[in-house]
Amino acid sequence: MNVPDDLLYTESHEWIKREGDNIRVGITDHAQAELTDVVFVELPKMDRQVAQKEPTAVVESVKAASDIYAPAKGTVVETNKALDANPALINTDPFGEGWIFVLKIEDASQLDGLKDAAAYREAIG
Amino acid sequence: MSDSAPKKTPLYEEHVKAGAKLIDFGGWLMPVQYSSIVDEHQAVRKNAGVFDISHMGQLIVSGEKAGSWLDEMLTNNVAKLGVGQGHYTFLLNDAGGIIDDLIVYRTAPNEFLLVVNASRTEEDIAWLQKHLPAGVQLRSRSDEYAGLAIQGPHVVEFFHSLFGSDMAPPERNEIRDFVHDSVPLSIARTGYTGEDGFEVFFPAEHAVFVWEEVLRKGGPIGLKPCGLGARDTLRLEMCYPLNGSDLSPEHNPIEAGLGFFVDLKKEKFTGREKLASDKEQGPARKLVPFRMNGKGPPPRPHYAVYQNGERVGEVASGTLSPSLSVGIGMAYVPTAQAKIGMPLEIEIRGQKFPATIEKKPFYKKS
Repeated sequence: MNVPDDLLYTESHEWIKREGDNIRVGITDHAQAELTDVVFVELPKMDRQVAQKEPTAVVESVKAASDIYAPAKGTVVETNKALDANPALINTDPFGEGWIFVLKIEDASQLDGLKDAAAYREAIG
Repeated sequence: MSDSAPKKTPLYEEHVKAGAKLIDFGGWLMPVQYSSIVDEHQAVRKNAGVFDISHMGQLIVSGEKAGSWLDEMLTNNVAKLGVGQGHYTFLLNDAGGIIDDLIVYRTAPNEFLLVVNASRTEEDIAWLQKHLPAGVQLRSRSDEYAGLAIQGPHVVEFFHSLFGSDMAPPERNEIRDFVHDSVPLSIARTGYTGEDGFEVFFPAEHAVFVWEEVLRKGGPIGLKPCGLGARDTLRLEMCYPLNGSDLSPEHNPIEAGLGFFVDLKKEKFTGREKLASDKEQGPARKLVPFRMNGKGPPPRPHYAVYQNGERVGEVASGTLSPSLSVGIGMAYVPTAQAKIGMPLEIEIRGQKFPATIEKKPFYKKS
C-alpha cells in the first residue's frame, strides 16, 4: 500500500500536505482501496469555516457514504472540481489528482497530533 | 436474527482466500465484494459471475397433501407446477403482510423444495410448522446443503463445458438433477440478476470442490466470483425486491407491484382477504422505481422522499446503477402519486434532489 513519506495522516485515513499556511487534504490509498468504486464526491462550499474534526466532504462508493473530516480548524480556499466529473480520480490517484480540498488553517499546532508515514503504515498494518 | 456470532457458509475459507471483504448479512458472514462491486457487476452483465448462496434456506415439504397445503400457505398456484418446475411466490401472515418471498419447486409429485431468504429461514420454519397438518412433513436441509448462483449471458456455454454439448440445460424456472464427477447437483434455471443463469444446490461437503470447479471451468468465459454488493446493484437495476428493504410484514405483494405472483383465483390462502380488497380498491401505497434526474449523490435506504413538498415516505432500496451511471431506487408512495413520470424529491444530507418515477426495469438488454 502506498504511503508517501512527505505527508501527514489522520486516524480516519485522510492525508494532509502542508503548503505554507494551507493544508491540502485527500484520502489515503488504503482508504480508497477499502471503499473501491468512488461514484460521487460532495465538495465543501468555498469560504466555508470548519472546525477541527468537522465533516467537510463526503466520498460515496456504490455501497456507502463516508465523511471526510477537517484535520484542523480553517477556511475552505480550494476544492477539486475535477472530482465532479470524475470521482474515480480518488481511486486512480488518491495522493495526486484525487485531492479533495485545501484549508487555510489558523493554528498549525492542531496538526501536531497527526501521524507521520511510519506511524500510519503501522496503524493500517 | 440471533445474537450469536454470524454463521459461515462452507465456502467461507474460499472467500477469504479470494480476498473478499466480508460482512454480516442476515446473521451470516458473507462476501460483499472480491475485486470491486462495479467490476463484478459488469462481469455478470457481460460474461458471467458466481455467487455463494449457501446461506439461503432450503426447506423440503413432502407428503400426499403437501401440494394442496402449500397452496393454502403460498400466494402463487402450486397445483400448476409440474414435476421439475418452480416459480416465485410469497409466504404471508394473516393480514397479508410479507413474511418471505421465495421460490418453490416441485421436485417429485408429492415433494417440494422451498428456497428462502437466509434472514427469514427460522421465521418461515416456525410459521410453517405452526400450520403444518397431519400427513405433511417439513424439514430443513439448510445446514447440509450449499448453493451457488451462476449468472450471466455466457452461462449456457459454461453448462456445456461441464456436461457436454449434447446435454440440454434446464429451461427457465425448471430444476433438474445432474451428476458431475460423482457429485449430485440440482440445477435450476433461475436467478436474481436479470441475466440468464443457474442456481445450483448440492450437499455441503462438496462445496469447495464445486466452487473451484466453477471458477476453473468458468475462466474461459470470463466468470468472476461476485459478492452481495454486485448482487444488490444487479437486482435493483431489474427492480427485483429485497426482503427486509422492499418487502416486510408491513407491506403486501399488491402494494409491492408483484400481483403477478398472487393467484386470487385460488379460493383460500393465508392473507387472501387483504390482497383481494387491495387488488379491487387499490392499495394505499405502492412501491415505485425512481431515477435521479442527472448527476448527484446516489439515493440510499431510509433517505426521506418528498412529493409536492410533503414528506411521503423513505427510500426502500437505492444505489448508483453501474450500468446506467445514475442513481436509482425504489420507494413506497401514496397510490394516487405513484404514476410513471411523476416527480419525487429525495433528501440527501439536508438537500433535496429531483427524481422521476420510472417504469420497471431500469436495465434492459440492448
